[in-house]
Amino acid sequence: MSSLINQAFQNAKSENRPALLTYTVAGDNTKKKSLEILKSISNHADICELGFPHNTPIADGGQIQTSAYRAIKNGIKINDVFSIAKDFKKTKKNKPIILMGYYNMIFQYNENKFLEKCKKSKVDGLIVVDLPYPENKNFASKCKNRGINFIQLVSPTTSKIRLKKIIKDSHDMIYYISMLSTTGGKLKVSPKKILERYSKIKNQNKSKNVVIGFGITEKTIKSLKKADGLVVGSAICKEITNSINRRQNAVINVTSIVKRLKNKIK
Amino acid sequence: MKLKRGIPLIDQHDQHGFWGGKFGGSFIPETLKKPIDDLTNEFKKLRKDKKFLKKRDYYFKNYIGSPTSFVKLDNLTKQLDGAQIWAKIVSEANGGAHKIYNATVHALICKAMGKKNIVGDTGAGYAGKMLSMAAKKFGLKCKIFMGAKDIKRQKPNCDAMRKNGAEIIPVYSGSQTLVDAVSECMRYWVSNCDNTHMCVGSTVGPNIFVKICGWSTEQISRELKLQLKSEFKRIPNKIKLINCVGGGSSAYGFWSEFIDYDKKKIELIGVEAGGPKKSKLHAAPLSRKAKIGILHGAASYVCQNKEGQINNTESISAGLDYPGVSPMHCFLKDTKRARYTYATDEEALNAHQMVTKYENLNPSLEPSHAFAEAIKIAPKLSKDTIIIVNSCGDAKKDRDILRERLSKKS
Repeated sequence: MSSLINQAFQNAKSENRPALLTYTVAGDNTKKKSLEILKSISNHADICELGFPHNTPIADGGQIQTSAYRAIKNGIKINDVFSIAKDFKKTKKNKPIILMGYYNMIFQYNENKFLEKCKKSKVDGLIVVDLPYPENKNFASKCKNRGINFIQLVSPTTSKIRLKKIIKDSHDMIYYISMLSTTGGKLKVSPKKILERYSKIKNQNKSKNVVIGFGITEKTIKSLKKADGLVVGSAICKEITNSINRRQNAVINVTSIVKRLKNKIK
Repeated sequence: MKLKRGIPLIDQHDQHGFWGGKFGGSFIPETLKKPIDDLTNEFKKLRKDKKFLKKRDYYFKNYIGSPTSFVKLDNLTKQLDGAQIWAKIVSEANGGAHKIYNATVHALICKAMGKKNIVGDTGAGYAGKMLSMAAKKFGLKCKIFMGAKDIKRQKPNCDAMRKNGAEIIPVYSGSQTLVDAVSECMRYWVSNCDNTHMCVGSTVGPNIFVKICGWSTEQISRELKLQLKSEFKRIPNKIKLINCVGGGSSAYGFWSEFIDYDKKKIELIGVEAGGPKKSKLHAAPLSRKAKIGILHGAASYVCQNKEGQINNTESISAGLDYPGVSPMHCFLKDTKRARYTYATDEEALNAHQMVTKYENLNPSLEPSHAFAEAIKIAPKLSKDTIIIVNSCGDAKKDRDILRERLSKKS
């Protein structure tokens, strides 16, 4: 049977649009609130990425750092992240959820225990920012054995030979980092150039779903709609921060951003 | 887990970059894979290139001022009435600390790779100051990432960096100290790795940075070995090499030539930052039983909580105020080749006072941690035991802290 992640991409394709992937940080700004946000935006997003916050995130820009520090300050623990995912899946059982974070937290939890917990919470996929290929081979195959998608990242600096190997070792989805940047950077490469590189990846194996992330906002999303999927993270985290600062309802504000993003790629 | 003889410790890692199968590695975002591979290949080539080695030796001698002196501290020895106390005055190096070796080598590599921009992190400000000096010397544009708290407490070094034309980028995230400066510097490199070279300020970070830094500071023990032979005619039988350990670059450099010796003959003692006497916070992952974790691209003993969040650290010494430590020191600890302990803020301050009272020497707060251990153990040791402390930094940068802390007491 095809994975929920694959189905989400097929579904988007049948509507002739890219899949919309959202990223929020678990526990931002509280456990309850982040679950509400997740449930609400999943009405418009095709796949939800949920970050487990780390306090030394070397690849994240300011917006996601702020969300992560806020969640940690409010006491979020890794088991809370699992319970958010589990609760989410109770009402949204067909909506794929991907956990995303840094390897030290998986390492401290214990790889096997972490993956068992993912399985029990019905997590569909995992992105580990600082566990690149080929160091991730063993972990990726452990994921596969448990029916969890391990999502490989590729970037503009990934060499041709390396790209081939990574694609060969990937599961259903590949994450293309649009430019040399941390998350939330301003898009400094032209959409045309990004799509050119994207095609090179896509053409290697058309059965893989390739998404583009980093620097995607309401302004830029439309220009990249040829991709299989587009990830928006920092723009959403920023809206949570703004809503908190203005004492407004983050659930409503974030949902309306996601709705607008979706409309732009329909 | 075993040490190999006859192979430099920087090369005793496996194909994935791990020492002892579990310390080190390269836990990095995909974007940095290629720049790190490029750097790894370049370094492999350069360290065998006779022209490059000649250049390095030229600058070590004529720019850094090698060798730094090796002296007996007669008054301190008399006062403690036990082992002989000697010091390697590495703070005589241009700029006032050992960080100049790593900075110079990185600047030379940066030039060899045809990059015009160099960035680095700093805690005490020495790594930053030296990188700014080397950048100026070799015509590179330089940015230094430094925690906002450290900028305040190490002002003299910041003034020097600015004077050298470097831009200091203050880091306000987290604890606003070295750990955050390293993170922010890595983020900057992720975004600019196509035209910028990164220098990691100590023997930490992804494997290649541990190697380059260790390769640079090894100069210290090369000099010491010659100095020992000329002073004693041969290597004496009872030596203790005491060095402070933050990231561990000066300790590795001080020890590298002596790791192959029997530990009964040459004992290696690393002194970490124990923090304030009554505080639970410290920066001593090796001596206070921290668990293995991943920080800044490498696996090492790390001060962290059960969840894997990195702990805040606390130390009077900005240069030692770091939650992780070099994977090579983790390896030396687990193979029991080196012994690690810690000194509290108070012990380091007392040691600083005692050394400055009896000797014409002004060790910064970092090596004062090493002197604290020397002062502690010397009285119990025989008179033919040779204790050598690496006085790897000068206290000029600690002016404000010393004034505040030492005037309170009197």
